[in-house]
Amino acid sequence: MTAQTSTLQTGQVYVSQIRRRVLGLVFLGVAALIWLAFVRGIDPEMTTKMRLVPGGSTVAVEDWEFNTQSALQVLAFGCAVLGAYQLVRGFGRRTGLAFALIGSMFVFAFLSWAASGGMLNLAGMLRIMFIRSVPLTLGALSGILCERAGVVNIAIEGMMLTAAMIGTIVGSVSNLWIGLLSAVLAGGLLGLVHAVMSIKYRTDQIISGTVINIFAVGITSFISGKFMQKYPQINDPGIFRPYEVPVLGRIPFLGPVLFRHNIFVYAMIFFVILLTFMLFKTRWGLRLRAVGEHPKAADTLGINVFKTRYMAVILGGMMAGFAGAYFTLGSVGRFDQVMTAGRGFIALAAMIFGNWTPAGAMVAGLIFGFSDSLAASLALLRVKIPSEFLLMTPYVITMLVLAGVVGRGQMPAADGTPYNKEGAA
Amino acid sequence: MTDAEGKAKKAGKSAVGIFFEEVSRSSLIVPILAIFSGLVLGGVIVALSSEDVYTMWAVSPIQAIGNGLKAAWESYVTLFAGAFGSPAKMIAALQGGDALEIRRAFNPVFESLVKSIPYMFAGLAVALGFRTGLFNIGVEGQIFMGGIFSVWVGYTFTGLPAIIHVPFAFLAGALGGALWGFIPGLLKAKTGGHEVINTIMMNYIAFRLTDWLLREPMKSPASTNPISPVIQDSAMLPQFFPDPIRFHLGFFVALAVAALVYWFLFKTKWGFDLRTVGANPRAARYAGMNIVKSTIVAMSLSGALAGMAGANELLGVNHHLSQTFSPGYGFDSIALALLGKSHPVGVVLSALLFGTLRNGATKMQAAAGIPIDIISVMQALILAFIAAPAIIRTIFRLKEPKKAEPGVRVSGWGGS
Repeated sequence: MTAQTSTLQTGQVYVSQIRRRVLGLVFLGVAALIWLAFVRGIDPEMTTKMRLVPGGSTVAVEDWEFNTQSALQVLAFGCAVLGAYQLVRGFGRRTGLAFALIGSMFVFAFLSWAASGGMLNLAGMLRIMFIRSVPLTLGALSGILCERAGVVNIAIEGMMLTAAMIGTIVGSVSNLWIGLLSAVLAGGLLGLVHAVMSIKYRTDQIISGTVINIFAVGITSFISGKFMQKYPQINDPGIFRPYEVPVLGRIPFLGPVLFRHNIFVYAMIFFVILLTFMLFKTRWGLRLRAVGEHPKAADTLGINVFKTRYMAVILGGMMAGFAGAYFTLGSVGRFDQVMTAGRGFIALAAMIFGNWTPAGAMVAGLIFGFSDSLAASLALLRVKIPSEFLLMTPYVITMLVLAGVVGRGQMPAADGTPYNKEGAA
Repeated sequence: MTDAEGKAKKAGKSAVGIFFEEVSRSSLIVPILAIFSGLVLGGVIVALSSEDVYTMWAVSPIQAIGNGLKAAWESYVTLFAGAFGSPAKMIAALQGGDALEIRRAFNPVFESLVKSIPYMFAGLAVALGFRTGLFNIGVEGQIFMGGIFSVWVGYTFTGLPAIIHVPFAFLAGALGGALWGFIPGLLKAKTGGHEVINTIMMNYIAFRLTDWLLREPMKSPASTNPISPVIQDSAMLPQFFPDPIRFHLGFFVALAVAALVYWFLFKTKWGFDLRTVGANPRAARYAGMNIVKSTIVAMSLSGALAGMAGANELLGVNHHLSQTFSPGYGFDSIALALLGKSHPVGVVLSALLFGTLRNGATKMQAAAGIPIDIISVMQALILAFIAAPAIIRTIFRLKEPKKAEPGVRVSGWGGS
C-alpha cells in the first residue's frame, strides 16, 4: 500500500493538515492527562527521589530529589506548549522528534508520580534498558539487511533461538569466543536456508520464515530435552563479563549507564553505525537497496539480484545469530527451552517502528527495552499496574505505526516479492 | 516433439511406465511424499541423537549406524503403537471381557481423534484465510482468546441446562477468536497494515493478556498455580464413553463445521465473493465487490474458527484455562492447512494425521525418552516440502506437472 504514502523528496515526508491538527490535539491531550491524572491528586509537599547510581557501580552520585508537584506542572506545561505549536504551526518534518519528546515527558511524569514519596533507581533502569534492547536492535538489524534487499524475514526468532543453543553447546566445549563465532555461523546457515527456499525455490517468504521458526523451536527443544538437561557440562559456557571503558566509564551517571557493559552492547552500537554507513553511504548499500526497491531496474543496470539477495539474507542470518548469542553468552550463561520468548518478533516490530533504518531500529529497540525494564521494576512503585500491560506496549505501538497513527513507515517497495528474471511478474 | 511423436513414444512404454508417469504428474503425490520425507528425516534426527550411536562409533561404525537405524525404527514403532494401540492388547481385552480393560485397549485410537479436533478447527481457520487471500498467523492468539471467553462463560454462569450452556460457552469462544481476527482485519481493510505483522503482534498481546488474567482476575482461588477455576459440569462437552476415553462431542462439531465451511466457501455467493477478493482484489473491485467488508468478514470468520479450537480444548478436554493449554496448535495448523491444500476435506485429513502424530509422540516421549518436540521438526519439514514442491520433485526425480502448481502466495508486504 505504498501508494497511500506520499514522499516529496528523500527525507522530507509530507505531513497532511489533518494529521498535523490531530497530533496537536493528541499532544494537548497528553498535557491535560498529566494535569488531571497526576498533578491534581498529589500532595504539594511530596518529593520524588531518583537514584543515579546503578547497582554495582562505584562512581558515587548524590540522589536527585525534587518536588513532585512542581516537576509535574513543568512537564504538563511543556507538553501544552508543544501541543499548541503543533496545532498552530506544526513541526513539519520534525514531528517525529516532537512526538518522542512528548512521549518521554509523559513517561517521566508518570514515573515521578508513581515513585513520589519513594525512590526509583533511574540509572539502574536506564542501564537495564540498554541491555534489554540488545537482542531487539540486533534482531531488527537482521531484518533490515534482509528486507532492504527485498526478502521478508520473520524467522529472526528462530534464527536467534538456534544460534543461542549452538553458541551454548560449542561455547561449553571450547571457549566463549568460538561459541560466539559458531552462533553467528548457525544464524548464517539458517539465513542460507531461508535464502535458498525463498530465492531459489521461490517459496513464499513468510512461509519459509514460518518453517524456520517451527523447526527452530522443535530442534532446540528436542536437543535441550534430550541432552542438555542430562549433561549440564554442555550447558555451561559462562558469560562475557562487562568491560568498563577507560575514562568514559568514570563519568558520573552516564558512565555506568552507557560504558560498563559486555561486548554485546558495544557491538550493537558499532553495528548500528556500521550498517547506517554501509547502507546509505556506499555503493554496496545502494545496490542492496536498489534490489529491494526495484529489482528489475537493478537487474537492467547489471546488478546480480539473486547474488545480492543471497548475500543480504545470509548476513542477516549471521546478525540474528549474533543477537541469539546474547541470550546465552551475554546474559544468563545457560540455554533454556524457547528462551527467546518472542523477542524475535519484537525485533521485527522494532524494525518496522524504526522505519527500516538502523538508527531508527535502535531507538525503537531502546523504547521497547525500556518498557521491558520498566515492567521488571514496577513492583517497586507506589502504583500497581500489571506488568503484563507494559510488556504489551511494543506490540501495540507496532500496530499503531502500521495503521499510520504514529506516522506511516516506508517499507522497501519490492519487499516480500520473489524476483523472476524471465519477467513473469 | 509433436503430439503424434509423443503419443507414439507413450505407446511404446509399458503400462507400468505410463502409470508412473501419471502418478508423478499428479498433484496428490507431492503431499504424500512430503509426509514421507518428513517422517524419514525425523527418523534420521532420532537416529543421530541416540547416544548408542556415538558410544558404538569407536568400536564399529557400521554397527553404530545399525544401532541408530534401530533406535529410529523402534521409536516409530512406539509412536504408532501409542497412536493406534496394540492389536494384541485389544484382542486380549475383548476376550477377557472386562469393560475397563477394553476401553483402555482402544483408548489410543480415540485419544488420537481427540488430539486432532483442535487441529481441525485451527486448520480450517488458516485455510479459510488462505482461500480469501489472508495469511492468518494469529491463530494461536485467537485460540487463547477463544479459550478465555469460553472458560469465563463456562465457570461464571451457574444453573443453566447443558443444552444451553455448552453452545453458549462454545459460541462465546468463537466470539473471542472472532474479535481477535476482526481487529487485524479492520486494520488491513482500513489502513493497509499487513495482517501478518498485526496477527503476530495480536498473538503476543493475547499471551500477555492470558498471563495477567490468570494472575489476577480469573485466577482460581483454589489453586496456587496460575489457572482458572474449573468450568461447570453443564458447560463440558459431553463425552461418549466413561474414563479413560476422552472422546467427546467436539469431534462431530468439528466435522460439521468443516462441512459448513466447505458449503460457505464453495456453494454460497458470500463465499464466492470472499474467494474472489482473495484471488484477485482488483478484479473483485471492478466487479463491484466490497473489499473492505470482505477482508473484515474473512478475518473475523477465520478468527472465529480458531476461537472454536480454544473453546473445544477447554470445554472438551482441559476444563480450565492455563498458560499451556495449547502446545502451538495455531502454528502447526499453518503446515496443516497447506498440506490439506486449504480445502476443508484436506484439512480434516491432515488434522487426523497431525493429531495421530501428536498422540503417538506423547507416548513415545514417555516410553522411549524422545522429546515430543521431534514432531515440530517433522511438521516444519513437511511444511517446507509442501511450500516448495520443487524440492520434492528434485529429490524424487518427479516430472513437472502439466499445469503449474498453484503455489501459496501471500499478498506482498509492500503493496501490490
